[in-house]
Amino acid sequence: MDFEFSREHQALRKLVREFAEEEVRPATRQADRTSQPPLDVIKKAAAIGLLGVPFPREYGGLGAGETGYCILMEELGRVDTSVATVIGAHIGIGAMAIYLGGNQHLREKYLPDLCAGKKIAAFALTEAQAGSDAASIKLRATREGDSYILDGSKMWITNGPLASVMAVLAVTDPALGARGGATAFVIETRHNGSPAEGFTPGKYEHKMGLHGSPTSALSFDNFRVPQENVLGQIGLGFVVFMQTLDVGRVSLGAATLGGAQSVLHHALEWAAMREQFGKSIAQNQSIQFMVADMAAEIEALRSLVYRTAWLVDNHKPFIKEAGMCKLLGSEIASRCVDRAGQIYGALGYSRDTDVERSYRDCRITEIFEGTNEIQRILIAEQLFREVGVKIRP
Amino acid sequence: MNIVVCTKQVPDTAATLKVDEQSNVSWGDAPLVINPWDEYAIEEAIRLKEKHGGKVTVLSVGPEQAREALKQAVAMGCDDAILVWDASLDGSDTLATSYILAQAIKKIGSVDVVLFGKQAIDGDTGLIQGGVARRLGWPLLSFVAKIEELDPAAKSIKVNRLLEQGRQAVTSQLPVVISVVKEINEPRYPSFMNIRKASKLQIPVWDSGAISVEAGKVGRANAATKWTRVFPLPARTGSVEIITGDSPQAIASALADKLMAEKII
Repeated sequence: MDFEFSREHQALRKLVREFAEEEVRPATRQADRTSQPPLDVIKKAAAIGLLGVPFPREYGGLGAGETGYCILMEELGRVDTSVATVIGAHIGIGAMAIYLGGNQHLREKYLPDLCAGKKIAAFALTEAQAGSDAASIKLRATREGDSYILDGSKMWITNGPLASVMAVLAVTDPALGARGGATAFVIETRHNGSPAEGFTPGKYEHKMGLHGSPTSALSFDNFRVPQENVLGQIGLGFVVFMQTLDVGRVSLGAATLGGAQSVLHHALEWAAMREQFGKSIAQNQSIQFMVADMAAEIEALRSLVYRTAWLVDNHKPFIKEAGMCKLLGSEIASRCVDRAGQIYGALGYSRDTDVERSYRDCRITEIFEGTNEIQRILIAEQLFREVGVKIRP
Repeated sequence: MNIVVCTKQVPDTAATLKVDEQSNVSWGDAPLVINPWDEYAIEEAIRLKEKHGGKVTVLSVGPEQAREALKQAVAMGCDDAILVWDASLDGSDTLATSYILAQAIKKIGSVDVVLFGKQAIDGDTGLIQGGVARRLGWPLLSFVAKIEELDPAAKSIKVNRLLEQGRQAVTSQLPVVISVVKEINEPRYPSFMNIRKASKLQIPVWDSGAISVEAGKVGRANAATKWTRVFPLPARTGSVEIITGDSPQAIASALADKLMAEKII
């Protein structure tokens, strides 16, 4: 067993950390206040190769695998969860769906531009009536000659206001439903910044946190997609989307790992500095217990995340562990920001601290990319499958 | 366009320097980095290549560990790197180092532009560029804040120099030696693709024989300058005075009087 990162992964971490500290951090507060994503920072990240970390070099990526991608997400998550979310949705689910589901032609057509940051990607699954119940999607794709016509809408799409390339799941056969009747497509929603014909970016969500990561609804009216843009097989789009989410959960765990690590760091610094009753509050066992619990959980999460990334990179089964990365990562991060807020006292309630922003940013991680309740169901499903019991149809 | 950029490996700007009684300077285990001023020269070299084509070679005189500085330059986008070193070069002063660099640049051959940062943050002499230009017999364009025009076909260049009195436009024929100031650009991050390339790059080491350096002109024994004594600057002292008064106007007026008395305003 070897717990050392390769030299190349170490070099990647060094580069991302430097970039995150010098470029991402200064832009963080303004993005949070103005709800404007720091697009120049994303552009700079693209210039040094960060938007293609996991993908093979033949598609313009860095070929650094899931481990490299988790390093990217951890280091970005340490500094700014919003930027991590914009880049994570772009790479980890948007481009990833094209990589996992697309044939050679689609990969070659879309991935180089996405890796180079010339275009931003999104992953469009959720609808008003289809959140946890993703199989209930209604967006309709009707065959017309050698094209499909999309009609309907999506909701809560990360990067919705930015993306010009999207992986979208639509119903091609209502009689069959999600399993057999849903098809994944890669679509081009913007040309030179203007919405494509038939596409209208919908309502912009005003969220509790992640202000630097724009989220919107999408609306399709007679939107034409060439048949060659089907990801995977017709009718089997649900599989492509679920596979993409499985991988995405590992890196989401990595982003929460970075976030948790960062609030622990803040909590330690503040506890060492803050004096009450004539001594530093770090002298109080109540504080010591909190930071010790945070550190122990973070360390356990780190092992889980990178072991799971190793499973992915070595083509071993990882679905159960990926669900655990998302589940534990989000809950550990939430506990850590909660404790850090308590250690900070009233100051942590002030918008002048990073802890306050982390508190708002963190909450969504227990909800998006499959709620933690769904994660528990998926993990249990795998557990029972291992003992030969099928608990879902 | 054949571009050479010269760099020096120096202690990190964040390092705490110590000087002992014997004039030995040390910086603990602080990392060595590329001289920060050189990053602007490297960036400008890469931009010239991107605009006019050709290649950028990064050159350094220094021991084995200076390889890391060269790799950093390649990670930013330089094409090739050359390290010049052997034991006989150790302790060379600025006069000798300018000779060594000029010899290396001659060996590279048909160079159009040589770029430097305006000085190195360790010795802070800023003498090397002039020495190299003189030895090559090329014009020196120092403190360049902007390259206005460069015509590789006509072998001409027009630059903007940042001087204390203002800006000065200068035209020259190529080849030239240029030293740049930080106003010229914003150095880029190394890309991961180039970091990978740099980590695999075999960097040749040219010894004094390879660049036909005469032994009597280099090394500590032949240095024309001697550092007779090195000592730390006395620590700055200061005091705090809180100005009181009956009104903000009175306080401001008292403050202004004091600042004027100290000839600050």
